[in-house]
Amino acid sequence: MDDGVLLSIDGAERVFGGGRTIFGGKKPAVHAVQDVTIDVRKGETLGIVGESGCGKSTLARMIVGLDVPTGGRITFDGRDLAAEAGKDLRRLSRDVQYVFQDPVASLNPRKTIRTILEAPLIHLLRLGKPEREKRLSELMDAVNLAPEFLDRYPHEFSGGQAQRIGIARALAADPKLIVLDEPVSALDVSVQAQVLNILDGLKERFGLTYVFISHDLSVVESVSDRVAVMYFGRIVEIGAGRSIFRTPRHPYTHLLLESAPAPGRKSLLSEDADTELPDPYNPPPGCAFYARCPRRTDICNRQEPPLEAAPHQEEQLAACFNPREGA
Amino acid sequence: MPAGPLEPRGKSTVTAYIAKRLLAAVPVLFGLTIIVFLIMAMIPGDPAIAILGSYATPENVERLNRQLGLDQPLFQQYFIWVGNLLQGDLGRSYTLNRPVLDEVMERFSATLILAGTALILCSVFGLIAGVVSAVRQFSWVDKAVTFIVLIGISVPSFWLGLLLILVFAVNLQWFPASGMFAIYGGGDLPDLLHHLFLPAITLAVVATGVIARLTRTAMLEVLRQDYIRTARAKGLTERRVIYRHAFKAAMVTVIPVIGIQAGFVLGGAVYIETVFQWPGIGSMLVKAISTRDLLLVQGGVLVVAAAYVLFNLAADVAQTVLDPRLR
Amino acid sequence: MSETTATAPARREKLPKRKRGRPDSIRLLLNNALATAGLVVFVLIVLVAVAAPLLPLPDPDATAPANRLLRPLAEGHLLGTDALGRDILSRLIWGTQVSLAVGVSATLIAAFFGSLIGLVAGYAGGRIDTLLMRGIDMVMAFPYILLALAIVAVLGPGLLNALYAIAVVNIPFFARNIRGIALGLSRREFVDAARLSGKSNAQILFIEVLPNVLPVIIITMSTTIGWMILETAGLSFLGLGAQPPQADLGSMLGEGRKILFTAPHVSVIPGVMIFALVMSINLLGDGVRDVLDPRLKSGALTRPVARTAVMRDQVPGGIEPDAEAVLDVRDLKTEFRFGGDVFKAVGGVDMKVGQGECLGIVGESGSGKSVSAMSIMGLVPTPPGRITGGVALLEGEDLFAASDERIRQLRGSAVSHVFQDPLSTLHPLFTVGDQLVEAIQAHAPLSGSAARKKAADLLKTVRIPNPAERLKSYPHELSGGMRQRVCMAMALAHDARVIIADEPTTALDVTVQAQVLSLLDTLREERNAGILFITHDFGVVSAICDRVAVMYAGQFVETGTTEEILTSPAHPYTAKLIDCVPVLGEPERRLDAIGGRPPVVNDLPVGCAFADRCPRAGDDCRAAPIPLTEFGEGRTVRCIHPLNAEAEHG
Repeated sequence: MDDGVLLSIDGAERVFGGGRTIFGGKKPAVHAVQDVTIDVRKGETLGIVGESGCGKSTLARMIVGLDVPTGGRITFDGRDLAAEAGKDLRRLSRDVQYVFQDPVASLNPRKTIRTILEAPLIHLLRLGKPEREKRLSELMDAVNLAPEFLDRYPHEFSGGQAQRIGIARALAADPKLIVLDEPVSALDVSVQAQVLNILDGLKERFGLTYVFISHDLSVVESVSDRVAVMYFGRIVEIGAGRSIFRTPRHPYTHLLLESAPAPGRKSLLSEDADTELPDPYNPPPGCAFYARCPRRTDICNRQEPPLEAAPHQEEQLAACFNPREGA
Repeated sequence: MPAGPLEPRGKSTVTAYIAKRLLAAVPVLFGLTIIVFLIMAMIPGDPAIAILGSYATPENVERLNRQLGLDQPLFQQYFIWVGNLLQGDLGRSYTLNRPVLDEVMERFSATLILAGTALILCSVFGLIAGVVSAVRQFSWVDKAVTFIVLIGISVPSFWLGLLLILVFAVNLQWFPASGMFAIYGGGDLPDLLHHLFLPAITLAVVATGVIARLTRTAMLEVLRQDYIRTARAKGLTERRVIYRHAFKAAMVTVIPVIGIQAGFVLGGAVYIETVFQWPGIGSMLVKAISTRDLLLVQGGVLVVAAAYVLFNLAADVAQTVLDPRLR
Repeated sequence: MSETTATAPARREKLPKRKRGRPDSIRLLLNNALATAGLVVFVLIVLVAVAAPLLPLPDPDATAPANRLLRPLAEGHLLGTDALGRDILSRLIWGTQVSLAVGVSATLIAAFFGSLIGLVAGYAGGRIDTLLMRGIDMVMAFPYILLALAIVAVLGPGLLNALYAIAVVNIPFFARNIRGIALGLSRREFVDAARLSGKSNAQILFIEVLPNVLPVIIITMSTTIGWMILETAGLSFLGLGAQPPQADLGSMLGEGRKILFTAPHVSVIPGVMIFALVMSINLLGDGVRDVLDPRLKSGALTRPVARTAVMRDQVPGGIEPDAEAVLDVRDLKTEFRFGGDVFKAVGGVDMKVGQGECLGIVGESGSGKSVSAMSIMGLVPTPPGRITGGVALLEGEDLFAASDERIRQLRGSAVSHVFQDPLSTLHPLFTVGDQLVEAIQAHAPLSGSAARKKAADLLKTVRIPNPAERLKSYPHELSGGMRQRVCMAMALAHDARVIIADEPTTALDVTVQAQVLSLLDTLREERNAGILFITHDFGVVSAICDRVAVMYAGQFVETGTTEEILTSPAHPYTAKLIDCVPVLGEPERRLDAIGGRPPVVNDLPVGCAFADRCPRAGDDCRAAPIPLTEFGEGRTVRCIHPLNAEAEHG
């Protein structure tokens, strides 16, 4: 792979449950993330889209070391991330940070903003008091909040303000990569734009790399350089945002795009009623999208389709035996 | 959320659940025997001396110890004890000179009559009081119930028993002051009920308060749920909304507490039986502890604890029957 | 609480004014008369008990056989003497001291160990949790008092041993309570955030989690301390606690029992004392719980009545109902009252829904869009909500003047509802079939089997496969999309003239949302029912609504057909709201954020509520209320400097 790669995920897998009961019976297992391979290049924004239960949040948690993959490798800057997270999460956290979905829940209600923001400065950077003060005012400035806010408690903030504090917290340790897990989906639309614009500015100012996770296609489209679409724990399509959204190759990506409501769009494509996610405890043998797919053939139900590039487009990969051709 | 496969529902799952719970109760009962045995084994003082008195010769003590199996190692004593237990042999009480099992069973049936009546009383009155005060929140009925309940849980039951004896047995002479049956000419059901009235009420007071409080809170909480709004939006009568929809949901939280109250009632019987000289297991235990009748204490504690486990099991099952999500 | 002024576009958001200093806990506690009474009695008892050595009391253990069993008010013995001639008052005060000390120590011991076990188990989870909790379960398998008896049996009778016994049997109680809370907190995002901030497990447990658990520990302590005093008294009463000559309240009672018939005062007096002590503690404990429990503080435990209270200052008369509209709402006002604050959630809203028409109400959270919709059939919770003005005409009939019974008959028949989160809106303990049948039978005298058949037909109408089987399912066994279909089936149980849909697709995934929206669209055409559709999403509006009303701070700021509003919004707020949403297929578009925050509806400005955030606002905007004015055919706007004014015709 090219040298610009900052984060490399290679065949990552996360299984929940499983193992055996004391009587030797098998416990049910769920593959939350299966065989995910992605490279994130320095300075880019990688968007990950998918609906609830597709494994995108599990993937995000593994990247920051809050969860450990049960298979595969995740390397950051050449370091084995999973091993490092187990031994010394602090070292990893200096480089990789996380912004949470629920801005209010991610702030301890009994701590002032100062205490919350100082924690990474103390524990990760080991800064002294005067340096901390300086850094705190830099951070508040970066997310456009007045320094008076520092001595307030989280409940005194609106959702948008709280999310900016969440961003400041992630920014505190001066990381290289920030994973944003649905950072705006709990916010009202007018506030959503404020936060997206701030994120955009910070990326340029601090030379950050983002992994941006969302269920909202239009948000992902507006922020991402490259996009990965996840379905049922796997990546079904990945490529440049522009090409994926204009010419989706995987039928699921197409369905997603057609289902998304947009101002001025009258009719939404709709499938039949009994098309639901497969049972995670009893996954189908072949493609997980088989039951819902308008392009399915026999092979789809027998074999897992590999993630392959389109003939003339090295950059856009889709896991489908019968991909849509340049629509 | 996946649409689970259509499984057989209803009775069969409930039966399976009950069977599973019964099976799971076995190790608990087994654990109980260990704890009971260990507690009794830790009792300081030589029971042989207690039996023979302080004038006993060392030879006599040693012979009695051998007779009682007390010279064996602890775990062997336990297995002998459990082995005997499984054959219904709990040993002989040295103070009463009769088999422990006979004495315990006879006493326990008296306790069961008392505690069972009290449990029925506290469930019925607690539920009624709780529902009424929730439905008529902030009315004078609610305030009165709340205050009476507070008195109920603050009054020492043994003292309340004394007061009731003083007023209803000594002054008004409506009820007998003690015992289970009249000494002369008693023995029939009316006589039993006559004797049962005061102790059962005394025993029920605290538990009634606890259940009433909890029912009130549970009802108030449920009545704010979205599905209650749905029930109203459907045009159901308020009576149906409260007594069918809200009450059923509230019972899911109340039932386990009734199970726990069974324990308080069984335990509280110790006081009430002492106060009213009810020939139950509680008064037997108090006497056995002061006379150091080890085997009698052991047998008594074991039987009551086992009964309590079964009570809780019943509460568990009732809750599961009510709430399909627990199956 | 405006923060950003329009004149000087502040680079940084300024500080909102701090609300009137939060009433501190002590004051809240003192507001509660019963708790205050409890506090006074408790403090009094504690003071007297603590001051026992200073008070001119006779020796509590000095026997005087000559003076035995003196009645209360005897000379020199205010409360009389006991069987050994000891002064009861003196013994009572000294005994209270002992009982208090034992009760408080037992509570502290139990709280400390129990909370520690609970915290560790809840935070660690996994094996440690299982191990600790199985141990706790084992202890709890014994009836409470029985276990205390067994422990005393092992340790031998004595006050200290009774204390240990009571403390030990209460540890599980704390451990379980605290574990539940700690478990919930440990899954919260701020714990993950702390971990990523470099905090160690111990630091997270004791610095992050513990402060949040502390109120629960205090609540649990305040509710158990009375109980522990009772229990230690009980053990002493049985002769297993305090040993003579030392006296606590329980042993005094126990000694008095033997002479109950001849000298009742010997046992009645210590009983009264125990009762007064425990009652005062319980009153106080309830007060403490009310102050510390956030649910109780926010009034979450008041029961909403069946229908929103209607308290109109004046009943508007002489309104000509619009013949074309099925639902015609005029000047609806709904308020919430919390203490002295009045929140004007809806401040005068007109809505008209024609047959087969879909009217969308769009707004951000707190704009009052849901409250407007829920007011119509009286589904806004009272307390604290109340309808204070306007009329809602359903085919000419004023709903706000109708009787409760009439409203009940209309709910679910002429007007039905679909709510946001289909999991919480269906009753978890009844099958889908039961709930449908109930909805059917509420307004139609059908037999059980006929109603069941109709229920299955309804499920077929909303395209649920295998309807007969699905009737037996419980809501949690269905997916989100399926559940919302069930809710729609319920709304169709009778021939509804209007369906009020409150964010029906917000909780659903996009592909499922598309399914539900197209189904809803088909059904309204088939049934010719009007829909009042609440949403925050202009994309969803485009998909289903014919006309749109944009709501801001409790009022409509603009109404018109969906197309007109989307293509040429007239109100600056509408325009900004459309501009700040990213649009699929237009990734290059620069998002235009709206600075500042909406005003709080208990403190609305005189003039335009949007003025502080509006680039076009002038002094005239703030001077007086802005009326909703005609803006071309079938369009209204509440703005005196509207955009696209050239489109205006009259």
